[in-house]
Amino acid sequence: MEASVLTPVWQGMGGLLHDALVTVEVTVAALALSCCVGLLVGIARLNPKNRIVYGVASTYVLFFRGTPLLVQLFLLFFDLPQFNIMLPAFTCGMIELGLYSGSYVSEIVRGAIQSIDNGQMEAARSMGMSYGQAMRIIILSQAVLRMVPPLGNEFIALIKNSALISLLTISDLMHEGQKIIAISYRSLEVYLAIALIYLVLTTIASQALRQIEKRLWVGGMVQ
Amino acid sequence: MSASEKTSQEKPMLEIRDLGKSFGSVRVLHDISLTVMPSQVVVIIGPSGSGKSTLLRCCNCLEIPQEGSITICDKGIVTDGVLLPEKELNALRMHVGMVFQSFNLFLHLSVLDNVAVGPRKLRGMSRAKAEELARSHLAKIGLAERVDAYPAMLSGGQKQRVAIARALAMETRVMLFDEPTFALDPELVGEVLQVMKALAAEGMTMIVVTHEMGFARDVADEVLVMDGTIIEHGTPQEIFSNPQHARTQSFLESILSPG
Ligand SMILES: Nc1ncnc2c1ncn2[C@@H]1O[C@H](COP(=O)(O)OP(=O)(O)OP(=O)(O)O)[C@@H](O)[C@H]1O
Ligand SMILES: [Mg+2]
Repeated sequence: MEASVLTPVWQGMGGLLHDALVTVEVTVAALALSCCVGLLVGIARLNPKNRIVYGVASTYVLFFRGTPLLVQLFLLFFDLPQFNIMLPAFTCGMIELGLYSGSYVSEIVRGAIQSIDNGQMEAARSMGMSYGQAMRIIILSQAVLRMVPPLGNEFIALIKNSALISLLTISDLMHEGQKIIAISYRSLEVYLAIALIYLVLTTIASQALRQIEKRLWVGGMVQ
Repeated sequence: MSASEKTSQEKPMLEIRDLGKSFGSVRVLHDISLTVMPSQVVVIIGPSGSGKSTLLRCCNCLEIPQEGSITICDKGIVTDGVLLPEKELNALRMHVGMVFQSFNLFLHLSVLDNVAVGPRKLRGMSRAKAEELARSHLAKIGLAERVDAYPAMLSGGQKQRVAIARALAMETRVMLFDEPTFALDPELVGEVLQVMKALAAEGMTMIVVTHEMGFARDVADEVLVMDGTIIEHGTPQEIFSNPQHARTQSFLESILSPG
């Protein structure tokens, strides 16, 4: 008796793991977007004197950091089609998660860059590097080290936030779990299983980041 | 060699005319004119806040002076607040080496890479070529064994010598020193001054802000006393033995007999 009720849960496990892959895919794609956007916006917000660039970047951060992810997600998925912009659910989820997380990443980037002593920039410029060269070769190379720990937190948040995209009818981990619950009425077991899978994903992510951090520090730079 | 002997027909290496610089409403520098000939060593002294650092920083446009003009190697880098186009300015900066009070070595790069990064990225050298050049500069200042160290592992004196090597690895024609020994423990001052003396002896054009009077006396062709403007200038002999200006006299007294 007991076993037969649990059967859909076990049978669903395969599907659950399969859909964990969708979660991973969305998250990785969103992560790439988030890093690109975060880097550009973070640099754009370094210099308030450049009014237009600074203004656009700040408005982006204001909106994406200041409103709930869920609201943004629904705006993108349900209300954009009114303007004849139809995005597949997967793309929508990826873009939204990426932009949302990018607003946080941009602040991490900006903070890390601004924490680098101004003398580094001056030394680089005074030897003849352009601003871009100095930024790339000297400043960002050092700032990256300081970004890694807070980025780790941000990526974990991104993985967890990806659960929300199940609401866009994407069959990710969470969505699949709910389908199983609908058949089996076993919400405790299913939710625990889902939580466990998320835990594995976030643990892998944070271990990976720790490894990257170790690699980067090998240079022996002590500050 | 006195300054006048070696300068007769050559063009100035650096020329400043009627320079003025304000931060907001505070006028930090005014009416500064200065000509530095090739191989000349100019030492700048003056009380704290008299604008010595600001003047040096104007010379490679880390600060932009609003008034007057600066010409380096016959090229005007700034005239009445208008800068040379960015590209040409960067190219010219390669000829102007700057040594900072706080070293400003690139913390994420090894000693070798600190010196090699400029030649590699800015002078288009291959990695091997740039490293060879860097090694030769580092050997010259006695740091051949520390090429793989990182800045954090060096003493202050070593850091400053690496900073000098880094500047020299560019096609440097003028060196600007902003109190290069100020942040050093007394026993480390000598090694840095020695490198600077050797550089002067090789004929490098140098502008040095320092309160090391021994260095000024031995090496300087000309000493400038600053207080917002150049209040007095002359040979070390003239300035130290027979200062004309009352403010020069009191300043010299304050540094020669502290306390
Ligand atoms: N970025 C800045 N913004 C505003 N004021 C500045 C700035 N840099 C320098 N000043 C001011 O300009 C004046 C000259 O400063 P500067 O650093 O050139 O003096 P200095 O002669 O090098 O002094 P010190 O011997 O202490 O190094 C000081 O009053 C200083 O407060
Ligand atoms: Mg100073």
